[in-house]
Amino acid sequence: MDAIYYLDPTTQFVLFSIVKIVVAFVITLTFVAYAVLAERKISAWIQDRVGPNRATPFFAQYLPVIGPALVRLGIFQPMADGLKFLLKEDFTPAYVRKVYFWLAPALTAIPAFMTIAVIPFGSTLGNPNNPMVIADLNVGILYSFGIVSLGVYGIVLAGYASNSKYPFLGGIRSSAQMISYEIAMGMSVVAVFMVIGDLNLSKVVEYQGANILHWMAWKQPLAFFIFLVSAFAETNRLPFDLPESESELVGGYHTEYSSMKFALFFLGEYANMIAASAMMVTLFFGGWAYPWGGGAAQGFLGGVGHIVCFLVKMLVLMGVFIWVRWMFPRFRYDQLMDLGWRRFIPLALVNILVTALVLAALND
Amino acid sequence: MNTPELHPYVFLTVLLFMALAFPLVPLALARLWAIRFAPPRPGPAKNATYECGIETRGDPLQQFRAGYYLYGILFLIFDVEVVFLLPFAVAFLHLPVGAVVAMLVFVLLLAEGLAWAWLKGLLEWK
Repeated sequence: MDAIYYLDPTTQFVLFSIVKIVVAFVITLTFVAYAVLAERKISAWIQDRVGPNRATPFFAQYLPVIGPALVRLGIFQPMADGLKFLLKEDFTPAYVRKVYFWLAPALTAIPAFMTIAVIPFGSTLGNPNNPMVIADLNVGILYSFGIVSLGVYGIVLAGYASNSKYPFLGGIRSSAQMISYEIAMGMSVVAVFMVIGDLNLSKVVEYQGANILHWMAWKQPLAFFIFLVSAFAETNRLPFDLPESESELVGGYHTEYSSMKFALFFLGEYANMIAASAMMVTLFFGGWAYPWGGGAAQGFLGGVGHIVCFLVKMLVLMGVFIWVRWMFPRFRYDQLMDLGWRRFIPLALVNILVTALVLAALND
Repeated sequence: MNTPELHPYVFLTVLLFMALAFPLVPLALARLWAIRFAPPRPGPAKNATYECGIETRGDPLQQFRAGYYLYGILFLIFDVEVVFLLPFAVAFLHLPVGAVVAMLVFVLLLAEGLAWAWLKGLLEWK
């Protein structure tokens, strides 16, 4: 291990950054897999069922007490699901547009992982030159909005490539819904950045770092509410899951998909949910900062503490996502468009104007 | 301690390759498994368009309502507005009064566009 200290700073920096990227990526993947399990367990709990409690790998029986407990919790379910997705018949229907049909699931999964690049998930691990963010862009929020907009392509392409009526309708609906709420989302954060005065997300965390009273969720409650609801719409989750409303459109844009290609849509949705939660934690809940404040970490353990703090906040928001899905009925399509265009966009504009007036008054 | 200067986009590229591998590796694995152990067995019923058991009629790419298209056009206008608003928001506290007024005029023009579309009934989903 000592050999690492004899390398020159640049090599150390590059090595450290690559390890950081790999670890962040693997953690996101684990979260995606277990978010699916959490959703199934929480939905079971809300509906007074048991949920997944059967998947038992061969080694579980050798663990004395903890093995059966883990099985009852369904800890091994994601592995079983993954294996099953891999072993299912990899079927491509005869009438689809083959190239796009293969391209669409891949396109859906990529943007969600690209969004995590600009999110500061911790302060430092002792070395102040290497902050816990994959790419500390000075235009962080513009980058993430650009990447998030790419998410719509995969879904529209899936609807078009399937060459079938239900997926086509689902894809069209989805594109209209996602672009509408993207505007509401973009306008809601304008007010946030007026207060902060920097587009870099590390600076956003720094601004809120002092203590819980400085979190943007209290200063911009309306912006937070619009952002939260738009995030539900952007990730196509209930109460806005109209693209795949199963009672009308069977499965929406992924009706014709099966096996691994369906799994990628499925994982893409959860990865999007994680990216949206992480973004909300950063913008409105102080990022990695503890509720009682304290600046950047001095040592390794302090840095780990900040990362854990970030993950806990993110898990709470993901819990809200799952909870909302099982508590509310689906919106009608006209209500959905009405809410986006005639409620949220004017509200966000008014929010910008009011923020501007208050800031100008305070500044004088 | 000297700070190594490396452009952040370098690491973004590394992440992009990992994000590309995330869908491509499982797809390739599934494909390999399918070739070796589970070759596809197509049949007339399996190859038919899925429509809840009813045989499909006509072209699947049917006409869809123009409302979706109108939302698309409105989106273009407002998305550009948001991109212009963000730099303005960041510099807001350091701007002279003239610049703020100019920006307000820009926002009001777009708000007027929204009001026009609203009064015209374009935002109503009939």
